[in-house]
Order: sequence, then structure tokens, then C-alpha cells
Amino acid sequence: MNMQALGINIQAILPETVLIIAALVVMITDLFRGKSEEADHADPIARNLPWLALAGVIVTVASAVWVWQQPSAALFQTAAISDNFAFGARLVILTATGLTVLLSAGYVPQFTTQIGEFYTLLLLCAAAMMAMGSATDLIVIFLALEIFSLGLYILTGLNRENPRSTEASMKYFLLGAFASAFFVYGAALLYGAGGSTNLSAIAETLAAGTGDASLLLPGMALLFVGFGFKIGLAPFHMWTPDVYQGAPTPVSAFMSAGTKMAAFAAFIRVLLTALPSQQETWAWPLAVLAVITMTLGNLTALRQTSMKRMLAYSSIAHAGYILVGIVPGTVAGASAAIFYLFTYAFMNIGAFAVVIALEKVSDGDVEQRQMAGLGNRAPALALMMAVFMFSLSGIPPLAGFFGKFFAFKAAVDGGWMWLTVVAMVNSAISAYYYLRVTVTMYFDQAEKGATDRLPASHMSLNWGLGIAAAAVVVIGLFPSVWTGLLSGLGL
Amino acid sequence: MLLIGGDGTKKSLALAVSVLTFLVSLALLWQWDSGQAGMQFVEQADWIPEFGAQYFLGVDGISLWLVLLTTFLMPIAIAFSNQHVTDKVGLYLALMLVLESATIGVFLALDLLLFYVFFEFSLIPMYFLIGRWGGKNRIYAAMKFFLYTLAGSALMLVAILTLYFTTGSLNVLELQQASLPYNVQLWSFLAFTLAFAIKVPLFPFHTWLPDAHVQAPTAGSIILAGVLLKMGAYGLIRFSLPIFPDATLDYVPLMSTLAIIGIIYGALVALVQKDVKSLVAYSSVAHMGFIVLGIFALNQRGISGAVLQMVNHGISTGALFLMVGMLYERRHTRLLEDFGGLWKSVPVFCFFFLVVALSSAGLPGLNGFVGEFTILLGTYEASPVFAIVATSGVILAAWYLLTAFRKIAQGELTHPENAKGKLADLTGSEIAMLIPMVALFFLIGLFPNLFLDKINPSVEALVRGDTPAIVLHVDGMQVER
Repeated sequence: MNMQALGINIQAILPETVLIIAALVVMITDLFRGKSEEADHADPIARNLPWLALAGVIVTVASAVWVWQQPSAALFQTAAISDNFAFGARLVILTATGLTVLLSAGYVPQFTTQIGEFYTLLLLCAAAMMAMGSATDLIVIFLALEIFSLGLYILTGLNRENPRSTEASMKYFLLGAFASAFFVYGAALLYGAGGSTNLSAIAETLAAGTGDASLLLPGMALLFVGFGFKIGLAPFHMWTPDVYQGAPTPVSAFMSAGTKMAAFAAFIRVLLTALPSQQETWAWPLAVLAVITMTLGNLTALRQTSMKRMLAYSSIAHAGYILVGIVPGTVAGASAAIFYLFTYAFMNIGAFAVVIALEKVSDGDVEQRQMAGLGNRAPALALMMAVFMFSLSGIPPLAGFFGKFFAFKAAVDGGWMWLTVVAMVNSAISAYYYLRVTVTMYFDQAEKGATDRLPASHMSLNWGLGIAAAAVVVIGLFPSVWTGLLSGLGL
Repeated sequence: MLLIGGDGTKKSLALAVSVLTFLVSLALLWQWDSGQAGMQFVEQADWIPEFGAQYFLGVDGISLWLVLLTTFLMPIAIAFSNQHVTDKVGLYLALMLVLESATIGVFLALDLLLFYVFFEFSLIPMYFLIGRWGGKNRIYAAMKFFLYTLAGSALMLVAILTLYFTTGSLNVLELQQASLPYNVQLWSFLAFTLAFAIKVPLFPFHTWLPDAHVQAPTAGSIILAGVLLKMGAYGLIRFSLPIFPDATLDYVPLMSTLAIIGIIYGALVALVQKDVKSLVAYSSVAHMGFIVLGIFALNQRGISGAVLQMVNHGISTGALFLMVGMLYERRHTRLLEDFGGLWKSVPVFCFFFLVVALSSAGLPGLNGFVGEFTILLGTYEASPVFAIVATSGVILAAWYLLTAFRKIAQGELTHPENAKGKLADLTGSEIAMLIPMVALFFLIGLFPNLFLDKINPSVEALVRGDTPAIVLHVDGMQVER
């Protein structure tokens, strides 16, 4: 049988394949673990599972780079495509996965013995997210979406000791199922309007005007609601703070960057490949969504005292900034989204890593006042947190500034001046709650009873923190290296 | 480097670095080509080639003195801190030096994005200096300082992007030559000017300043008043005026009026302050009003005077804050009512305080007079009414500064703590910090042309509206490009 003739190009799905194999290797290795549950911390296999997973991620990055250097190709009879944009999404998702593994190594054994399951699910989720980034068919998008969502529901509830974790999992599952329903219904209506589930075929039908135009608008609306849920756009964001707070912290960190990248990638493909002719129709609703998302996220974040909830609302606001760049419907906006999420993966997962360093897994939450005096108690940790906070608020010359800069640049280029102004004002508002963290760390006295020195963190957590902080600074100081690489990552 | 080693080593190292920076910056003066109006010592390299952002630095007659002012004030501020800061000295000194680099970057940047980066980045070290080493209300003051300035410059970034998409360039010299459509000029002018007006600060955007000044540690106040406020005024001259000339013309009445309100309001509020440090802070509002007034006279005299007055204000107000700091370290109070009759106990202090106050008040023969007089001449050319009203600010300045001096130095010794023997007079090292400043008062006051000569060509070119050729210094040779 001629594989090429069927459009099956195994090369181009190499990264996903490698990652799934890595996930299976982790799962099988886990089976050889000693049975005694007390010996978990000492068990050599359990201890080295994260490194195995990390090695899988690194090999996948290499394979993704290799695939990227081949000419871009449509796969599986145009159900997916291996292009620059897909590579960008893969890179961001793999970065998030790698950092998450580093964050998890010391954390996961504290609440579960199912270490193998954790990493297997994590890698499978990442593989599905990558598939979503290269999907060009509504059905494939939906399948990928469901696969990684199912994985995330389980990961969220994996900390069974903590009722918050179970509650978060349940909430996430119910609302996620709801969102999936919206998505499927929207996809079905769009099929009616476009006569195909393939994104380019939909675009052709719409351009020719042969489809059922009355289905187009409701189809688009329902599809956007589905994406809005997954990305966490207001007013579909209600699950975000509860899930981020309840989920094991590395999982929250992973979701904040990985899920966003996957959902945004598919969203951008739908907008730019299938619906470019409708840009006039969808631009305004998206602009309004962006304004609501940013403003609501920032204003609510102002009032949070729990670090994880604060980061959850901040991540909602950041989704709004990314959307600002997408509204004009340009390639520049698409590559800006990739660059934004690339920087965001480092700074936000870094911030979650600091939360992990301070967290006692038992109660699973860090109040902001617990960070008081951190500048004295743990200078290096505080310094890195300050870097992440300044970067998240978009102060140059850190990575976060350039992320925002490129997104807003795309918006101004498309003539969306007022939207950019709203975004900048929001960015200034957000500085208040990020700054408050640095105030607590450096200017407030430590609480009575706070230990002078924190217990030493797991070595891999320190590595994760160090890598994230270094990346935030380096990307900020030498943005051209990355923009040069990523500017070719439009559609 | 400053995070390791003993405190003593850190202190001498930081001081040495700042003195060395000053000496290096003096080399600018040595090699300066006075006849030239254009940018000198230019450095240009690609930064983000995708949209032409460059690492583009250069000095002209306008920025030259501001760079030197920065490098001059920093060693003094560090020397004073070395005597009094005990908590986390290494971090403190590192922040001071980071602040110095950021401010110099602001004055040198000739690429809009690069300027924005330095402009915003300079907030971080100052924020930590106020918040960590400041007075009782330091956290509130630090947050207010940071957020106020950040919010002000948020719209500037949108304007920078607009300019980029209108002209395809971020190069300041190219933008000065571009004739922009009026609509773009208007909105961009408003966005830039809002950012700078908050930084200056122009009435009614000044409310962050008294808080920040009063709460900041002494060295922080010196740098804040001496250098950071100048970033706003410098921005007006470098960006608002030449890039948006038509919009500027339309806003002259508003800006001048706000400047004059600032002069009178700042002076009147200074008059009723009980705390010497807030008195000096409000005097800054008044003095910066003069500078903005000079800038918006839009003529050679007004702008040259404004540039000179920026330097004057930097040294005089820096010296005032320094002396208030010296007094505070001795008595741990800054209230005027806690002093009086100090002339009898600490004559050397009072002598220097008098000279500094007179310089700030604009006594002829000292530096403040030259700057204010040149500004008023320029303003008179542009609008006699404004000049006449503004002159009353000079009188008010003399009033509040001499009142402060009277309450501190003259009269009877009312507080036993201030008696001779109890209150130490200036030490040798403190005098050593003040001498260079006082020397500059006289140098500028008596030979202003030494300074104006270098300012004038650039300002003339600015007023004419052309962008002169860049002057390159290659191995001591000067090449025009």
C-alpha cells in the first residue's frame, strides 16, 4: 500500500509519536516499581520516572525541530498540517511540559503513589495538545480537545487527600463537558454552512457562497463559546480560579500555558483558515470579549489573597491580551500569540514554581501574606519571583514586555487603536497586584512563626525555577533571537 | 559583584565605580565638538531587525549636561548613603548603580523603543529604594510612584506603535524629519506629553511627588529630584516638540498655563510646609514648572534656559535634600519647629545651607539666577503676560526658602538638643560632598557661557526644525555623517 497516496506522512507526526511512546515507556517502567508503598521516596524507579519523562520531552523537541526543517506538508488527507505554526505551538507546549516535569519531581510523591500515572497522563495530554496545534479539521480538533481535556480532568483530581482537588476536578469536568457540547454543536452547524469539516474547504465554500449562510452565524457563535471555555475567556472563565486553586500546583502551571496554547492554536486556525472571509463579523465580538476578559481578570485579581487564585485571574487577563493581537485577523497576530505564550510559559510556570516552593501540600494553598519577608528569608527565590512578577506586568526589558509588545503591535497595525489603549490601561492596572507581591516579599516583615529559612526545595524545582527566570531575562535582553525565529511562525 | 564581600568593600567599590563613571563621562566634555549641533559619540547597532528597532545611542548639547549631571550626583549620593545606610548595603548600592545606568540610557537613547525600555526600567530600582529603605509611609509612596508613572507611560507605547506604522521607523532623528498627519501628531503628542507631564511632574499630575520625595531615603531623593524628574522635561524637548511640531503649537497655551499654575501652587504650598523635606519637594514642583514654561516658549532662549535650569535644579535641589538628610541623621526630625538658632551651634552647616538656599532661590551670581533669567527672557519673547506672572514665582521662591533658613538657623536656640556640643557640625567628608556642588553653583552662575555654548547649537537646530548631521568621533578624529 502506498502510504503517501493515502496522505499518511509518518514523518510529520513524529513529535506526537515520540511523545506517546515516551508516555508508554514511563507507564511500563512504572510497572516494575517495588510494591511497598512506604518505600516510594527511596524507590529508584519512582525517583527516576520524572527524568525519563523529561528525556522523552527533550527527544520530542529534537524531533519537532527536525520535522520543522522539512517542507511543510498536509497530512491524512488534509486533516492536519505540519507547518511553521504547528512547530511554534509544539515548542510552547513542550516547553510547558518540560518545566512542569521539573516542578513535579519533588511535588507529586507528596500526595500520591501513582507517580507513573501522573507522568503518563501529562505526556499524553501534551501529545494531544500538539495534535490540536496542527489539526486542520474540525473533527480532529475536537478529538484532540477531548483527549487532553480528559487527561487534565484526572490530573486535576489526582490529589485525593485534598477535597479542593476533587471538587476542582468535578467542576472542570462538568463545565468542560458543557463546553465540548457547545463546540460540537458549533462544528456541526459550521459543517452545514461550509459543507465540510475541513477548514480550507469551509473557506472555499464560504467564498463561493454555496453553503447555507443562515447556519454560519450560530455555528461561529457556538464554536467561539467552546473555545472561550477552554481558553478561559470571560464570561466563560468561571471554572479557572477554582480549578487552578484546587489542582495540584504543577498541573495548574501546565494548564495555564499548555491548554492555552493548544486552544489558541486551533482557534487561530479556525479564524484564519476557515473564516477569514468573515473577519468583519467576528472581529468585533472578539474585541468585546477581549475587553471583558482583560478587565474582569485584572479587576478580580486585585482582590485575591490566595496566590493560585491571583495567578488564575491573571492568566484570564493574559488570554485577553493575546486575543487583542488576534482580533485584526493577521498573520502577525498569529505569530504574536505564539511568541506571547512562549514567554508566558516561562514566567507563569516560574511563578507557580515559587508557589510550590512555599506550599505545604497538605492544605494546598499559599496565601499572599505567607510571602512576607521572603526577600530576607530566601533571597534567590524572592528575586526570581520579582522577575516573574515584573515580567507578567510587562515591564521592559523582561520577556513579558515583548510578548505584549508584539500582540499590541499586531492590533495597532490592524487599526484597532482603541482596543490597544484599553489593553495598555489594563496592563497598568495589573501592575498593582503583581507589584503587591514584591511589596510583600521585600517591604513587609515576616509573620511571627514563619521559619527563618525555608526548607530546601527539591533539586529539580530549583532547576525549573532557574531555567524559567534565566529565560525571562534572556528573552527580554535579546528579543531579536527569538522574534527572528518566531516571526516565521505565522500561518 | 556588589552582593559579595564585606559591607566596607561594597561601599568603596560602589563609590569607586560611580566616581570612575563620572571621570569617563567627563571625557565627553574633553572631546566635545562645541560648534556642532548634531548627535555625537553615536553608537548604532541592530537590536530587533524585524521592525528596525536599533540600539542607537548618541549625545547632543541637550543631553550632554544631563548625562554629566547624573554621573556627578551619583557619587555624592553614594558617599552619603555609605555613611548612613546599614540594612542590606550591597543590594542598596547595586540598585543605585542600576538606576544610574537606566537614567543614562534614557538620556542617550535615540530609538523610541529603546527609550521606552530605559524609561520604564528606571522605575524598578527607584521603587525598591523607596519601598525598602524609605520612611514610615514608604510602601504607599513606592506603589504610588510606580503605578502613577507606569500608567502615564502606558499610552506612550501605543503612540510609539502608531508612529512606527505611520512612518516605518523608530529612529528619533528620522522621525523628527517626518511630516506626520495632524491627527497622528495630536494623539501621539497627548500620549507622550501625558507620560512626561507625570514624570516632570506638571500640575495637576504632581501628587505622587511629595509622597515619593518625603518617604525616599536621602540618596533616593537626591537622584529622584536631581535626575529622574529631568527625564520628563528631557522627553518633552527630545520627542514632543520636534516630532509633533503642529500639535505642540496648539497646546502651548495649555502647557504654559499648567506650568505657571505649578510655579505658583508649588511655591504657595511650600510656604506652609512644616517638614523641610516636603518644603523642598514642593519647591521642586515650582522649579520644574519654570522648566516646562521655558520649553513651551518654543524659542532659543527659553529652551536653552530650560536645559541649563534642569542642571541647576539637579544640583541645587540635590544639595538641599543632601543637607536636609544630614540634619535628619543628627536629629531624626525634619520639622521646622524643632530647629531654630542653629547658627549658634553649627555655623558651618548653616553657612552651606544659606548658600544652597540662595542658589535655589535664584540669587544673581549663583546658578539658579542664570537659568531662571534666561527662561523668563525666552518666555517674555513668546508671551509677556506669562513672563510677568511667572516672575512672581521667583519672589515666592526667595520667600519660602529664606523663611526656612530663618526658622532653622536664626533666632534663639529654643531646643536644648540643638545646643552647641550636642549637635555636631559638618564633618570633613560631608563638606567634601558639598564643596563640588557649591563650586558648580558659582561656576554656572559666573560663567554660564561655558555651559550654554554647548547647549545652544543643538537648541538652535531644534527651534529651526532641522536635524543636524551626526558627528562621529573616530580615534579622536571627528567625522560628519
